[in-house]
Amino acid sequence: MKTLEITNLKKSFRSNFLIKKYHILKGIDISVEQGEIYGFLGPNGAGKTTTIKCIMGLLFPNEGEILVNGQPSASIAARRQIGFLPENPYFYDYLSASELLHFSASLFAIPATVARERIDLLIKQVGLEGHEHLKLRKFSKGMTQRLGMAQALIQDPVCLILDEPFSGLDPIGRKEFRDLILNLKGQGKTIFFSSHILQDMEMMVDKVGIIINGRISRQGQLSEMIASSTQYHEIVCSRISEKQLTKINPNFVSHDNQFIITLDNEADINLVVESIIHNNGLVIAVNPVKKTLEDIFLKELREV
Amino acid sequence: MNIKGLAFNTFKESARNKMFYLLVFFGIIFALSSKLISFLTLGDTIKVLKDTGLAAINFFCVLIAIFTGINLVYKEIEKKTIFNILSKPVTRDHFIIGKFFGLALTMLVALIAMAGIFFILVLLVGGGFDFKILLYFFMLYLELLIIVAISLLFSSFSTPILSFIFTVSLYLIGHIMWTFNEFKSLLRSPLLEKFTHMLYYILPNLDKFNIKNEVVLDLPMRTGTILFSILYALVYIMALLTVTIMIFRKREFL
Repeated sequence: MKTLEITNLKKSFRSNFLIKKYHILKGIDISVEQGEIYGFLGPNGAGKTTTIKCIMGLLFPNEGEILVNGQPSASIAARRQIGFLPENPYFYDYLSASELLHFSASLFAIPATVARERIDLLIKQVGLEGHEHLKLRKFSKGMTQRLGMAQALIQDPVCLILDEPFSGLDPIGRKEFRDLILNLKGQGKTIFFSSHILQDMEMMVDKVGIIINGRISRQGQLSEMIASSTQYHEIVCSRISEKQLTKINPNFVSHDNQFIITLDNEADINLVVESIIHNNGLVIAVNPVKKTLEDIFLKELREV
Repeated sequence: MNIKGLAFNTFKESARNKMFYLLVFFGIIFALSSKLISFLTLGDTIKVLKDTGLAAINFFCVLIAIFTGINLVYKEIEKKTIFNILSKPVTRDHFIIGKFFGLALTMLVALIAMAGIFFILVLLVGGGFDFKILLYFFMLYLELLIIVAISLLFSSFSTPILSFIFTVSLYLIGHIMWTFNEFKSLLRSPLLEKFTHMLYYILPNLDKFNIKNEVVLDLPMRTGTILFSILYALVYIMALLTVTIMIFRKREFL
């Protein structure tokens, strides 16, 4: 079942003097299944935040349709099901964390007793214990980000839209957020997020969409993308002379008394391994080197 | 429910911001002026105290209404706190109505605090409780609600400086509406005359809410006029909020 479905989303802006029209989104199609984590990737200015703002009804699309569980995403019914964390969130600095969460709960008409329990739980989940009564003007960027996540989860949403959720977090915070997001996925929640931190994305997402210049240039299951993209194989060996190895395959580098041979052709593996053994060398490992998400992303960027 | 939440949050924002500083400032000025009055006046001390006191309350309340009104929506957009509101199940209409009621509550609390100080001072100099003064504060409150609605309208599409200029201009025009009829009779072009006539009905006639002379000089007041002013305020506020909502529905947040 599709939780988030974006069809032919187009958005353009006019310049200040209404002369030039800037096409930011040129027909975006995205679909996210229930319980999936979707990573939305793209360089600065590609249209990630514009897409997210269109989903949240902060911008009006020129064309296209955005549905959340079959309802228009900007509708009140859809917004009841969405938790949203904006990029670099800013909250009322005259409130404390607890007050802000109570205010957020009031916007969902959550009864006070239920809200209190939920807020206690969320404060613990995002690691803000002991800071719940601190005014937000004294919050660091990382703490604000944690609070942003807590307010996004206030009504226990079925779908989370997170714009750069890892920004401002230290490595421990990033790890905690990753665990939290995976935990939410475990609860069956659908998560759509944009990020620049590709390593984090690679560790979590089921599906990836790469947006470049307002178009989705590549989209699919991350596992399939990576599985289909083994770049080359490496053979690590030792106890063999450089002279002997040059005869077997000249494409190698030496490192710590070991040699790393690079093979572009999978069919050559057996032949090279046998030759090393034949020369009394020791084969330590044969590793397939796959493309990372970063490699895939950079390749897409180069191709567009 | 979310209108109530928005209204209370707006009240919290105003109360934790400038309003209390202004109230303190007002309290000091007011206390000082009443001391001065008791030293300097030869005639009816209570009448002079009422005159200066009500004028001071009027002035400070209008200031609070304009300054809080012009900043609220603009700040929400500028600081992007609005993203967190409009991404929740809150319509844009609810947002504007919530802001208005929050401001209305802010003005009510400010007015009650100032009126309280005023009544205490009147009692201290030997005056009694006057129902007409209560009516004065009620009429002032209606005027303040119109000012708040005007500032909210400008705040929904322009910067605080421009909103301030527009709101103050309308406030000043609103108090000289009686000149429009005189001005109209001087015009020779029927088209201009019609235009002035139209402006007379479009622009806020805030003088309808000024009953200071009746209160201070103890002049008679007509119930019909008061009731018409109340109706006028309600209709005018609803019209302003409708226009604000229509503008706000079309706004995009970059």
